[in-house]
Amino acid sequence: MDLSRTPAEEAFRAELRRWLAHVLPQLPPAPDPGDWPGRRAYDCAWQRMLHDAGYAGIHWPKEVGGRGAGPAEHLIHLEETEKAGAPYVGANFVGLLHAGPTIAAEGTAEQRRRWLPPILRGEQVWCQGFSEPQAGSDLASLRTRAVREGDTYVVTGSKLWTSHAEVADWCELLVRTDPEAPGHRGITWLAMPMDAPGVTVRPLRTLAGSTEFAQVFLDEVRVPVANRLGAENDGWRVTMVTLSFERGTAFAGEVVACRRTLGEVAAQARSNGAWDDPVVRRRLGRLAAEFSALWSLIAWNVSHAGDGSPGLGGSVFKLRYSHARQELFDAAAEVLGRGSLSAAHRWTHERLSSLSYTIAAGTSQIQRNIVAERLLGLPKGP
Amino acid sequence: MDFRLTEEQQALRAGARELLAGRFGRERLRAAVEAKDLDRGLWAELAGAGMFSMRLAEPEGGAGLGLPEAVLVFEEAGRALLPGPLVATHLAAGLLDEAVVAVVDTTRRPLLAEHLADAQAVLVLDGKRVRRADPAAFDPVPEPCLDPLTPLYRVRGGPHTMESLAVLDTDVRTLRRQGALLTAALQLGIALRTLESAVAHAREREQFGRPIGSFQAVKHLCADMLGRAEVARVAVYAASVTGDAVDTATAKLLADEAAVRNARDCLQVHGGTGFTWEADVHLFLKRAWVHATQYADAAANEETLAAALRR
Ligand SMILES: Cc1cc2nc3c(=O)[nH]c(=O)nc-3n(C[C@H](O)[C@H](O)[C@H](O)COP(=O)(O)OP(=O)(O)OC[C@H]3O[C@@H](n4cnc5c(N)ncnc54)[C@H](O)[C@@H]3O)c2cc1C
Repeated sequence: MDLSRTPAEEAFRAELRRWLAHVLPQLPPAPDPGDWPGRRAYDCAWQRMLHDAGYAGIHWPKEVGGRGAGPAEHLIHLEETEKAGAPYVGANFVGLLHAGPTIAAEGTAEQRRRWLPPILRGEQVWCQGFSEPQAGSDLASLRTRAVREGDTYVVTGSKLWTSHAEVADWCELLVRTDPEAPGHRGITWLAMPMDAPGVTVRPLRTLAGSTEFAQVFLDEVRVPVANRLGAENDGWRVTMVTLSFERGTAFAGEVVACRRTLGEVAAQARSNGAWDDPVVRRRLGRLAAEFSALWSLIAWNVSHAGDGSPGLGGSVFKLRYSHARQELFDAAAEVLGRGSLSAAHRWTHERLSSLSYTIAAGTSQIQRNIVAERLLGLPKGP
Repeated sequence: MDFRLTEEQQALRAGARELLAGRFGRERLRAAVEAKDLDRGLWAELAGAGMFSMRLAEPEGGAGLGLPEAVLVFEEAGRALLPGPLVATHLAAGLLDEAVVAVVDTTRRPLLAEHLADAQAVLVLDGKRVRRADPAAFDPVPEPCLDPLTPLYRVRGGPHTMESLAVLDTDVRTLRRQGALLTAALQLGIALRTLESAVAHAREREQFGRPIGSFQAVKHLCADMLGRAEVARVAVYAASVTGDAVDTATAKLLADEAAVRNARDCLQVHGGTGFTWEADVHLFLKRAWVHATQYADAAANEETLAAALRR
């Protein structure tokens, strides 16, 4: 149990801090949340700055263009960028945190060369086309069909809740290649260019008022067989690699941000009198414990990452974190009182968007099933 | 940074588990419920194994280990539901020579103390100092305790008698912090053991022609138990490494919650059996309730955490 940093790790932190202090003031103002082309440009420009300074793909292997740093540097990077108030991955979420790691793990040398460097340089944005109208929690029941014609797959169907689809260049797409095979056995992973003929994106409005995600209609879209990751009908296994990344460290930076917000909520409570109420103080104190422990859990998961998949430990994390995040913004609303009704307040927007955390990337109920069946070994349900 | 247990730490924990399984298995636990008095033979064996002196330097008869190691051993003690003033005696190592030591915390009301009749000496904690007293000085009156394995006493003796006691050369805040952390480690053991017990029962017990663990209502109770135990585990381990006051409040708060709520959920999973005296579940729950009041309770921990938030 060692939580100390080596001199080399501290030097990395100091250098990163200096760099952040230098570049962050030069950033243009953040775009409006509804301005997707603006957001894409902003997020990609930031990614480019990270790349040029050697901070892109901190923990990705060197041979795919990453820095090849260990878990300690990875966490320091997440911690310091959040603390400095640097932009979030934003539109590059899927590329950097889902599709990229999957390609790094499962792609051929040619596929890695083709797709990974543009992700790290902030040139190409990816989205994730997994969920469908009929396949949400039961992802393996997905129906979007891909029929092989020579060296092309012809894809027809529809994807739902596809985040950032409006501005994406690529889609990591799950399709059914064997309609006879049951459930997860007939699924294939394809990289689909979003500008291919037959792709139609219809943005959907979220309860927060923004258009974070979309429905994507696919009408005989032709995708080269060369864009397939892994073998035909082996997409489920390939996907599980992605989902395990998603539930691992993907939220680490957000935990740092939540701790910062909690401090701001306490400061607000101190200034508006809410702090005099011990119920409010204790609620915030409890949240401080939860986020502190979640940070320790990340350090624990990261330290054990080499011993096996981070995916399962990540399920426990995701379950607790998504709940804690909702509780944080509910507590912020209690501190604001009727001020929480103002949609202009940042915390109000966060309160609304936090509602998706117990649904996206596997609902809390599904996480509990995973924890109970795969970690605790309880029998499968009826 | 590598948060994993070292090989030595894993071996230490495994050794503690093995020792306790051999010397304090289910039969001994149930016998202890009836026996009331502290098992001095077992106590001497624990002392011999270094349970209390492990953090002293080797020349002083210890093993030169740290809080992370102590926490691993106390986790196992919690898992075994080992009775006795374990934390108090561990804290007294190097300060007092007596083999069995209890604690009286004079800042809490009503003034109650555990294990006084078994103790040969008492650490008296107030807000500022640590003093030494004889148990008899408190005129202890037995008070029936909800936990059959924790003898409890109503303590008399006003502040004026306290003033006359010998002051020990140690920092009361450090002692309280370490007491809270080791108690949190006991709670972690309870949280893990009740989780295992619930899962084992859920796999075995059948209703409606299938194991009850295949029902989601039961599954989700168990999944949340794991979440609580794992979050408590990393909080306790992290606080043992940093030794920090706020980290300790985090650990105690989350471990108390994990122990109490896991024991309750374990009881629920056991159905009617869980409500019987013969099942062990109630012993875990009752001990968890006792621990949750010791050193710092939920209110105190939450206030400590709140006070540390940005001004
Ligand atoms: C903000 C946001 C962004 C998203 N982004 C993407 C994206 O980019 N790409 C993508 O592919 N998907 C995305 N999703 C989709 C997300 O993965 C799904 O919404 C999620 O998996 C749940 O599927 P569903 O919406 O069909 O709900 P359903 O599966 O219909 O679930 C409805 C309710 O039933 C419960 N339920 C279902 N099955 C079970 C079961 N077996 N046991 C117990 N309870 C069950 C669920 O927990 C839930 O409460 C996003 C979702 C959100 C909210």
